[in-house]
Amino acid sequence: MSDSALLAAVVADDEEGPALTVLRRSRHAAAASIGPWRLIASKLLRQRLAVAAGCVILLLYAIGGLAEFLAPALPDAARPQYTYAPPQPLHLFRTAPNGTTQFGPYVEGYRIAVDPVALRRSFVADTSRPVQVALFVRGPAYRLWGLIPMTTHLIGPVVSSQPMYLLGADRLGRDVLSRLVYGTRVSMSIGLAGVTVSLVLGVVLGAVSGFYGGVVDTLIQRAIEVVSAMPTIPLWLGLAAAIPLTWSPLSVYFVITLIVSLLGWTSLAREVRGRFLALRGEDFVTAARLDGAGEGRLIFRHILPSLTSHILAVVTLAVPTMIVAETSLSFLGIGLKPPVVSWGVMMQDAQNIRTIATAPWLLIWPALAVVLAVLAFNFFGDGLRDAADPYGD
Amino acid sequence: MVRYVLRRILYMIPTLFGMSLIAFLIIQLPPGDYLTSLVANMTSNGQTVDPAQIAKLRQIYGLGDPFYIQYGKWIWGIISRGDFGYSFEWNQPVARLIWSSMGATLLISLLSLIFVWAVSLPIGIYSAVRRHSFGDHVFTFVGFLGLAVPNFILALTLMYLAYRYFGQSVGGLSSPQFEGAPWSFAKLIDLLSHLWIPVVIIGASGTAALIRILRANLTDELHKPYVVTARAKGLPEHRVILRYPLRIALNPFVSALGWVLPHLVSGATIVAIVLNLPTAGPLLFKALVSQDMYLAGSFILVLSALTLVGMLISDLLLAALDPRIRYDR
Repeated sequence: MSDSALLAAVVADDEEGPALTVLRRSRHAAAASIGPWRLIASKLLRQRLAVAAGCVILLLYAIGGLAEFLAPALPDAARPQYTYAPPQPLHLFRTAPNGTTQFGPYVEGYRIAVDPVALRRSFVADTSRPVQVALFVRGPAYRLWGLIPMTTHLIGPVVSSQPMYLLGADRLGRDVLSRLVYGTRVSMSIGLAGVTVSLVLGVVLGAVSGFYGGVVDTLIQRAIEVVSAMPTIPLWLGLAAAIPLTWSPLSVYFVITLIVSLLGWTSLAREVRGRFLALRGEDFVTAARLDGAGEGRLIFRHILPSLTSHILAVVTLAVPTMIVAETSLSFLGIGLKPPVVSWGVMMQDAQNIRTIATAPWLLIWPALAVVLAVLAFNFFGDGLRDAADPYGD
Repeated sequence: MVRYVLRRILYMIPTLFGMSLIAFLIIQLPPGDYLTSLVANMTSNGQTVDPAQIAKLRQIYGLGDPFYIQYGKWIWGIISRGDFGYSFEWNQPVARLIWSSMGATLLISLLSLIFVWAVSLPIGIYSAVRRHSFGDHVFTFVGFLGLAVPNFILALTLMYLAYRYFGQSVGGLSSPQFEGAPWSFAKLIDLLSHLWIPVVIIGASGTAALIRILRANLTDELHKPYVVTARAKGLPEHRVILRYPLRIALNPFVSALGWVLPHLVSGATIVAIVLNLPTAGPLLFKALVSQDMYLAGSFILVLSALTLVGMLISDLLLAALDPRIRYDR
């Protein structure tokens, strides 16, 4: 049975008519009561990769949302004595002096060793000074979402003055793990905010272009052509370089969001326009028009809902571009700037080969985070697009 | 055909005009101009600045004029005598700076394009013909990674790996001993040994995208009746595939030139900054940061024009390759 037949059955559920009665009594009786969104959801759930990717996305947003609680330390807490301290592996079981092994997570402390030839200082694990680690420990004070004062951290050293660098430390002895967690909030939210702006621009311009046609259409299409033919990264560089150094981090954040979204709307506008061109001649649009529906109602109540699922898929696929854009700009030093922490800002510390050779974890972790987010959005978006396509199966 | 080409070129003019307007708008966006940043620099260095001299410089450069007059002067200079303006920072005409770095930019972009095609064509065919085989899964996985890893992260990672395991620094386009040396066979070899890294990095995501496109298109074609016919009349398998379905599946490959080229050019910008290549990227970046406006604007304009030419070439190639595309509407 085709989906449109299902839809018709759902829409005209309370009408009495021979065809529909037959449909209701058929063996598809259960399926007939499924709405389009349920259909999409059930199709999506059948794709394991997309579901896994969706879980990863949710997890990343959860990490971003609870950053203050999840991070063991504050992102700006500098401890110069632990400059470029390497990651400490987390041990789960402790061997007591009498030989018995019991559960008790700890990391090994640091000892500074000096290479007698090169006279270079380096950190080595000090097995004699374990740092006890526990869940829900009291640590540095913070305000959850800037509002609720708290001191509990999900994980951390029991004695909060002892060093715990699960993913290593950076140039100022700040905890890479904590910065990564805080960076998740900024990087993931900029993707979302940027896509929202593109969505509004793309849908409005695409809808107007496709619905009215004629001169308006030509003008908007020309504009799209110009913008999409310009090489993206030079354009981003130009826009981002225009941000004055004196601006507050918050306004820089919003301007960067605008910049990354300014170039993402073109593909969305094209898609929406194409759908509008196809749909405006459909019978249901004509019927609504004859019913006396205004243009706004026609666009927003009748045509747009029939391409919502499609738009959703396109939007999901646009998020990674925004995340990469923010990361690239911040990496070059013209995007977000410290004290704001994003994945790109973190990678700014790993710009030259010597730093990367000394402390590869400065590059590895933020890079992995970016790749994970981009992959997750791509797989989820692909799955969503397949699920939203009523003809594919 | 001639009419089609002419019409396409005519269409490019308003697009180019729009691009030049955007380019100029961008370089005008930052508050202040090159002279204000120069003055700020000099005062922070403890030098005294004579306001009269600054005012005179401002008048000479026309920096006090309103936006449309500055734009008019700039664009008229380009159209009438190929004069892109003057670079304040380098004390040179912009045109000379641009042409000196455009050579390397074009070289790297073209080599990347060739790399993209040379790699994605055989892999795309293999993946489509041996769908769901082990090799196909491997290529799909690598392809997804290539799409997901941003260029500059790939560059940094390769730099780190080369440094770590080969003890070799991979930045730049030539080793120090060949800097400024006359062209010789050894220098060419040295250039090639440096060139492959940026080419692979810049081409990675384009290659991944093209493999996916070719795989999807060729798979669609492989199940059509004419393929069965070709097989039924006893053609060997490689001719069945290469002769008919591949030719049709190649069309998006050619039209991809239109978007792969801008993609490569913009990807090259950031990779060049990371790898310290003598291309347009680092120069543009420096010009933008120091508000060297004519240099920055001209770079954006030339790079945009380059992508337009790429699109034109791809449209013409497509029209020539595919008999279904008509020249006149």
